[in-house]
Amino acid sequence: MLEEKNRWEEKPVEVAFNSITKRFPPDILANNQVSFEVKKGTVHALLGENGAGKTTLMNILYGLLLPDEGEIIIRGKPTKISSPREAINLGIGMVHQHFKLIPTHTVSENIVLGLTSTPFFFPAEKAEFEIKSLSEKYGLKIDPRARVWQLSAGEKQKVEILKALYRRANILILDEPTSVLTPQEAEELFATLRAMKEEGKTCIFITHKLNEVKEIADVVTVMRKGKVVSTTLSSQVSLEELARMTVGKEVISVVPRKITSDKTILQLQEVSAMGDRDFPALLNISLTVRKGEIVGVAGIAGNGQKELAEVIVGLRPVTKGHIFLEDREITNLLPRDIASSGVAYIPEDRHLGLVGEMSVAENLLLRGYSQPPFSQGFWVDWEKAEAYSEKLISNYQISPPLSDIPVRILSGGNRQRVVIARELERKPKLVIASNPTAGLDVSGVEAIHKLLIKAQEEGAGILLISGDLDELLKLSNRIVIMFRGEIVGEKEKEHWTEEDRREIGLRMGGVKR
Amino acid sequence: MILELILGTLNRALAYGTPLLLATLGEICVERAGVLNLGVEGMMMLGAFSSFVVAYVTSNPWLGILGGAIAGGLFSLIHAFSSITLRANQTVSGLALTMLGTGIAETLGRNWEGKVLSSPIKPFSEDFLSLFPPGVRTLFRDSNLLVVGSIILALVLWFFLFKTKPGLSLRSCGENPAACDALGINVWKVRYMAVFGGGVMAGLGGAYIAVAYRPAWSSGMTQGMGWLAVALTIFSFWNPLYAPLGAYLFGALFHLAFRLQVFVAPEILNSLPYLFPVVALVFVSRLAFRKKIGVPGSLGKPYERGEWE
Amino acid sequence: MDRRKFTRFHIEVSVQPSLASVIFFSLLAIILAFACGGIIFLFYHISPWVGYQTFFQGALGSWYAFSETLKRTIPLLLVGEGLALAFRAQVLNIGAEGQILLGAVAATWVALFSGLPPFLLLPVMFLLGFLSGAGWALIPAFLKTRFAVNEVLSTLMLNYVASNLVLYLIGGPWKGKGVRGFTYTDTFPEAAWLKTMGITRVPYFTLLVGIVIAVGGYFFLKKSALGFELRVVGSSPETAKLLGINEEKIVFLAMLLSGGLSGFAGVGEVAGIHHLLRHPDHISLGYGYTAIIVAWLARANPLATILTSFLFGALLSGGDALRVSLGIPFQVVSVFNGLILFFLISTEHLSRYRIIWGDTKVVENYDS
Repeated sequence: MLEEKNRWEEKPVEVAFNSITKRFPPDILANNQVSFEVKKGTVHALLGENGAGKTTLMNILYGLLLPDEGEIIIRGKPTKISSPREAINLGIGMVHQHFKLIPTHTVSENIVLGLTSTPFFFPAEKAEFEIKSLSEKYGLKIDPRARVWQLSAGEKQKVEILKALYRRANILILDEPTSVLTPQEAEELFATLRAMKEEGKTCIFITHKLNEVKEIADVVTVMRKGKVVSTTLSSQVSLEELARMTVGKEVISVVPRKITSDKTILQLQEVSAMGDRDFPALLNISLTVRKGEIVGVAGIAGNGQKELAEVIVGLRPVTKGHIFLEDREITNLLPRDIASSGVAYIPEDRHLGLVGEMSVAENLLLRGYSQPPFSQGFWVDWEKAEAYSEKLISNYQISPPLSDIPVRILSGGNRQRVVIARELERKPKLVIASNPTAGLDVSGVEAIHKLLIKAQEEGAGILLISGDLDELLKLSNRIVIMFRGEIVGEKEKEHWTEEDRREIGLRMGGVKR
Repeated sequence: MILELILGTLNRALAYGTPLLLATLGEICVERAGVLNLGVEGMMMLGAFSSFVVAYVTSNPWLGILGGAIAGGLFSLIHAFSSITLRANQTVSGLALTMLGTGIAETLGRNWEGKVLSSPIKPFSEDFLSLFPPGVRTLFRDSNLLVVGSIILALVLWFFLFKTKPGLSLRSCGENPAACDALGINVWKVRYMAVFGGGVMAGLGGAYIAVAYRPAWSSGMTQGMGWLAVALTIFSFWNPLYAPLGAYLFGALFHLAFRLQVFVAPEILNSLPYLFPVVALVFVSRLAFRKKIGVPGSLGKPYERGEWE
Repeated sequence: MDRRKFTRFHIEVSVQPSLASVIFFSLLAIILAFACGGIIFLFYHISPWVGYQTFFQGALGSWYAFSETLKRTIPLLLVGEGLALAFRAQVLNIGAEGQILLGAVAATWVALFSGLPPFLLLPVMFLLGFLSGAGWALIPAFLKTRFAVNEVLSTLMLNYVASNLVLYLIGGPWKGKGVRGFTYTDTFPEAAWLKTMGITRVPYFTLLVGIVIAVGGYFFLKKSALGFELRVVGSSPETAKLLGINEEKIVFLAMLLSGGLSGFAGVGEVAGIHHLLRHPDHISLGYGYTAIIVAWLARANPLATILTSFLFGALLSGGDALRVSLGIPFQVVSVFNGLILFFLISTEHLSRYRIIWGDTKVVENYDS
């Protein structure tokens, strides 16, 4: 072990962060005196929760943001990186969490885009040969002439990595790369990273998943609330220690409640629907949700989950099949009628559920403004609305507790509370929650989970769509797995095991037993 | 005989459609980079006025054309500044550009009202045309170098956009500026240049009217052609290769409306060129916007780096 | 050792710009526009000082000037508050110019050709004028909701059509009997004239209606359920769709109100000032376009259009004074309009910035 440590210390330093501080006005300190070193030819994990400042730090390294204080030292030289172009010239490549690809362009057009060495005429066509040889070398199989919108998330990520390699990147930053991948695709990614390491390239790997750190990283730097907690060899630190360092406090975990009733709330019978690009997105989906039950929908993003939520709440036409709420058919009814018959919807995109420019009070009233007690007809009784929103703000602990501020100045977690307060306060029979905790910090996630469980206890049926398998295992009574618009598996359990996790992971990736 | 009539109509369509084509190509270039410029009418008007003044003073129509192009380009930079640098509302900024351009041209143009150019750009000479077969001769009877040049420009712009490196950058900035920024493309520079190029082409369109098509100054001489160009941009699905089709179709309709004046009141016929684009938009808008054919992905959206909202 | 630099101040992006900063930047925009527009005077060999003196004399320098300003304020107010409502719904109606003309055409038909008893003339003129303006605006509303046709283009094209329609009517079927070579209609019967205030040419009925609607529009937006829906559609169409708000209904409503009020303003112009139908450029001095800026400067707040329409009424009568006294074409108003609009939208972002003195705080939760 000591030997390993020595080997690590002998390696030359590729990147050093020296007291980096970054503020976002008015009062957010995203990075606070961050200092650590990344050695050449290693995979260096940057571990931390959402909001720990990992992405901000990497955006600084990539020249997207300038630090307020501190400096970056690359191969021994203090360097000011004020644009991505300078970063690229320094051999830095970045694979962002949200791919920065242009869907209507081809793979090779995306790869050569912005490169100074590209020939003036026929830039994309002339690059195809080199792209092919690179993809063979690093195991990134992709057709350079394919249009990006036709590719899966895993394939898009390969394009992003090829883009960096084509630019002769020596330092590759990957921002939560596995969040869009199946476990099997993640294995392929790790193989690519190992191949890169062999070539002497350096990878900085942003993640919040502990086991990934142990699996792929040589060194790990843990960040919390903008500060570095520690930098150690990943072989010399246990999972428990890592967990303690990232979170900083005990996580209260919730166990799924038992189902109290056999009454069916939601029933889908062989439902099919089209996606945005006139391509079938849902194929013969049959599904039930019972009273007081949380049904989790597992799957890699883009396998029909979004469309599933949309057909139930009436935002997307059903082309075939039937949807029943209790005994009443709600297939292709207007969204408003479905909502008023007792369906609450927590959309994935929080911009969808809220009107940013409008006040908290107005946002809380978005469902009820035209009905008693708030309106008897033409006018809205704003005094009643005000009192109602004060009540909800305190019940759901929305902070800051002000009803007249525009909702877009709230933090992500509080914005989500506004949506949930509005939707759950109507005592719905059915809740459709689509990635309700995406992008929230630990305490925010916990609060949202508690609210969902409270709704479950009050007898609502909940359809929980989530890309985070751990979240589903924590909350669901039953899990269905979606792949390419179909339900490819279903499991009901009181306690979920590591074996279940593995099996669901395989099915999410389309592997059948 | 019928062929002769068709060729005759097409001849006028070429002459009338050319300013439309130039302005449309300019707007395609701007919108492909993600900027919506509704100030085409203002840029054309200012281009027309500048070119007329330069041509009148120097007695050289080609200097006039150059003046119109430069004026259109420089004037468009106001829109570039407000919509790219200051991230102002692009629709309103374009409207302001139109108000300002027509306002300046008409206010300063008062002293030039009714003046006629002594040396306008002339159609191809008979000697030159006699080198070609009779059909071609009829077709290009009223054309000049600018007409042919604008057709070539359409081809060049298509090749530029789809087969060259800067063209790829320009289209990419219109689709996903954040991605371009991350790759080290200077989105602001690309968009500024696209807007400038669009302004030059709109200015050329205006100059063609004032120096070649109707070589005399009168206020309001662009007759809303700038707006037609904005509609034609949609009509051609943002593809320079389709732009001539649309522009000459409208040119032909203008000509036919003129020919029909014997039978119908001119005011009603004069309305037709403005009704046609609305009807045309009815047919293509749904296809373009709902199915997203050709529409640049971030058209009209200002780009700001590092928005963490 | 304290390595941290102490920040004395920072620039804050406030979410809601304060009223003071909105007013400051609006005034700044107008002043900058005038400073730039002064160059125009130099082309006419007039000192900007003399130019502006003439301008302000003509706009507000006397009771007569004031009444001329008020006369032009009325159509701007009516059209501007309609556009404010439309802009709130993100419906960009640029066709007010044509909708004004349609109102004027309808009023002329009622006044000259309907044969209604005199006491009914004015009420029917206003009613039909409102409906014609609204009907003209519903065409683009229909095309937008049904065929996704961009309303900026369609409303604008219809302006040219409306203008040609008026030209056709005054030169053809409605040409006055005693006007010989000129092209305008006969004068309306006096029962179709609006009463004006004293010896001025300011009809008080339309002024009153304008003010009432400004107040009503303000409460409609702020307090009514329909106004609430309109604001939701305007600020977030996706959310509106999710909530099941009928977006098409809102687009129709916005077009109906803005077009109707423009038509109403058109009736006011022919019944209150001209008493006949004449060349489109004389009926509307570009009110439809100027009102866009009136609404924009008022930040789409109907109540604030009372103030902004007066401001632009003054601009128009100042421009008229420049034409009469100094021989500068009236289109100079268009230059000022364009400049003001530019500076206005350009400073809009700036008005959100505020300089905050003092140190920065540290906040623990931050979604990166």
